[in-house]
Amino acid sequence: MVQPPAPEAELDLSFLEHLLASPDGEPILSCMQCGTCSGACPLGHAMEYPPRAMILQARVGDMSPVLSSPSVWMCVGCYTCTLRCPREIDLTDTLWPAVRDEALQKGMQPPAELQTAFQNLYMYGNVLGQSPRKRLKWADGLDVPVLDLTKNPQPVEIIWLVGCYPSYYPRNQVVSREFARILTKLEVSWGVLGVKEKSLGDCDRLFGEEGLFETLVESNNELFERHQFKELILLDPHSFRALQQFYPRYGVDIPAQHYVTYLAERIDQLRPLLQKPVNATVTYHDNCCVGRRCACFDAPRELLEAIPGISLVEMARNKDNALCCGGGGGGMWLDAHITEHGGHRLSDERIRQAAETGANVLAVSCPYELSRFEDSAKVVGVDDQLVVRDIIELLAESMGLSEKEKT
Amino acid sequence: MKIVVVLRQVPDLIEPLEIADSGTALDLDGASFLLNESDDHALEQALLLKESVGGTVTVVALDFGDVDNTLYAAAAKGADQIIKIPWENDMPPGPRTAADMYAEVIRAQEADLVMIGCQAHDELQGALGSIMAQTLKLPYLGVIRGVDPSEDPAFVEAFKEFPGAVKARMEVRLPAVLGVLAANEPPRYVPVSRIRAATKSTEFEERETAAEMLDQEITITRIYAPEVGERAEMLEGSESEVAERITEILLERGVLK
Repeated sequence: MVQPPAPEAELDLSFLEHLLASPDGEPILSCMQCGTCSGACPLGHAMEYPPRAMILQARVGDMSPVLSSPSVWMCVGCYTCTLRCPREIDLTDTLWPAVRDEALQKGMQPPAELQTAFQNLYMYGNVLGQSPRKRLKWADGLDVPVLDLTKNPQPVEIIWLVGCYPSYYPRNQVVSREFARILTKLEVSWGVLGVKEKSLGDCDRLFGEEGLFETLVESNNELFERHQFKELILLDPHSFRALQQFYPRYGVDIPAQHYVTYLAERIDQLRPLLQKPVNATVTYHDNCCVGRRCACFDAPRELLEAIPGISLVEMARNKDNALCCGGGGGGMWLDAHITEHGGHRLSDERIRQAAETGANVLAVSCPYELSRFEDSAKVVGVDDQLVVRDIIELLAESMGLSEKEKT
Repeated sequence: MKIVVVLRQVPDLIEPLEIADSGTALDLDGASFLLNESDDHALEQALLLKESVGGTVTVVALDFGDVDNTLYAAAAKGADQIIKIPWENDMPPGPRTAADMYAEVIRAQEADLVMIGCQAHDELQGALGSIMAQTLKLPYLGVIRGVDPSEDPAFVEAFKEFPGAVKARMEVRLPAVLGVLAANEPPRYVPVSRIRAATKSTEFEERETAAEMLDQEITITRIYAPEVGERAEMLEGSESEVAERITEILLERGVLK
C-alpha cells in the first residue's frame, strides 16, 4: 500500500531531483499513474511498491518507506514495464537503478546472496567468486587454438568477451568450446582477453551499484584501449546491453554484438556447413536484452531454421511478450529474496510454457538460462520431455563440432 | 565509548596456497590478501556499538598484504580513525611480535574496548587476542558471538556460546579485550562509490613501533599438504569373519600381542 505523504516539513524532493537529472530521467515527470507497469510486471503482484508507486512516492518526497521495502530488490530487469509504458518512461534502466542506488547510499542492505555477487565482482572481477587466474580454464584441451591477446597482442577482427558464466560454469564451458570451434570454422580472426577479462558489470549497473559499475568500466576500458579490433562479440545479452547503452555514458563507445546477430549476419557462410540434421521440435526463449529491449527477434529464429531437421514452434508468449527467465540484471542472486516476499521463480513458469508447446528442445541464447531452465525443468518435472540447449550447441551439432563428437 | 579494532590481512584461499622451497613456510609471493573474516565481524560489532551508544571507532592494522583496500572500506563503513603500523617484512609477524606492536599503539589510544577477531586462518591457536590482552594488562574474553551495550556504561554485555548449546551472557567491565567470532549482524555491505570516495578523502595515520621481531616464537619444522593415504580396507563377510579379520589386523599392526 502506498503510504500517505509525510507532513510537509519532512518532504524531501532530493531523490526526484536526482532522478530527473539522470540520463533519460526527465520523462518520469510525465507519469500519469496508469499502473500499466505494475500490471505488466511479472512480479508486480508481489511488490509493495511497483514502479508506479515508486514514482508517486518520489513525487510526494517520501521515499523512505520505499527504500526499506523488499520491493527494491524484486525487479529482474526484464524491460516489460519499459516497453508497455504509454509515456515511454525508461523504468528499467533509469528508475530502478536510481531507487536501488538511493537505498544503498542510505545504508539499506541488499539481500545476502546479491551482496556476495557484488563482493565477488569487486574483488575478483567475476560474479562467481572464482580465481581470475582460472578465467581461461574453459579452453583446456580444446582442439582449436585460442588466441590470448594479452599474451600475443595483435590486430584481430573481433574480440570475443567470453563472460563469467561461459568462462567458469561447467555447463556453460561446453558452449564456449563449441563457440570457439564455430568461430574457427568460419575462419574469423578472433581473440580473447584471457585472464585479464573482467565482467562488464551489467548486473551491478541495473542493481544500483553504480560505483562498482564505474570501477569495472574503467578497468575494462583500459584493457580495450590496449588492443586493436573491429568489434566485441558477447555470449551474454546483458553485457552486450551494458556496452551498447551504458558504456557510452562513460565515453566508452565500442561496436559490440551479441552472438545471435553476429552469426545471423554470416548465415550464408554457415548454411553449407549445417550438414547434419538435428531432428528436434524446438521452441525458442527470447532473452530480454536482445529480444524485448533491442527488438531483435529474427536473428535467433533464422539461425534455428537454418539447421536441417529442426522444426520451430512458438510459445504462446513469444518475442516482445516473452516471459523473462528471472535471471537478468542480478536476478540470478535474488531467487530466495523474491520467493520469500511473495514472488515466484519465473523460470519455473516459463519452462511450463515451453513444455506446453510439445517441443523437446528449449533453445536459449543467454548464459544464465541454461542453468536456470535446466534447474526449473527438474523442479517442475518436465525434464523427461524437453532439454535446454543453447543455439550454439544446436549449430555445433549440425556442423559436426559438438562436444559429444569431440570427446 | 572509544573502541579500537585490529584488522589483519590473511591469504585469500581463492588461490591455491603454495609451500615455499624452504618447506617451512607458505610462498606468499603469488598470494592475494583479504581482511580476516572474524576481524571483519569485530569491526561490524564496533560500528554497531558506536551507532547504539555513540563514540568512536579506531582501526589499527599492519601495513601488509592488500591492507589499503581494507582500510578504505573500513573508513567507508564508518571507522573514524585509521592507524597503519609500518611493516617491511614479506611474512606477517608471529603472534607475540604482533601483540607487542598492536599493544604499543593501542595503549596510547586509552580505549574503553579493544576488539579483534578470535581467530585467523593463517594463525595457530587463535592466540593473538589473548596475548595482546596480557600485554595490555586487560581482561580477555574470546569466541564472542555478539556484544550489547550495558545499562552501566562501565560495562558491556558479551554473548558467548559453549559446547553443548550452553549460552552465556556476561557483563564485562571495561576496559577489556574481546575476541570476536561473530557480530550481532553480518558485516554490512558498503557501496563501492563510498569506498571510492573514502579512497580520496581518508588519511591514514602511521605509527612506528619500537617492538622488535621476536625470533623463534614457534619453530616450524615442516609444512605439507594433506597426504593421500592407502585406501581403507572394507571388511566383508559374516560377523565372525569380520571379527576374525579385525583381530588379524590388530595383530599385524602390533596392537595385540
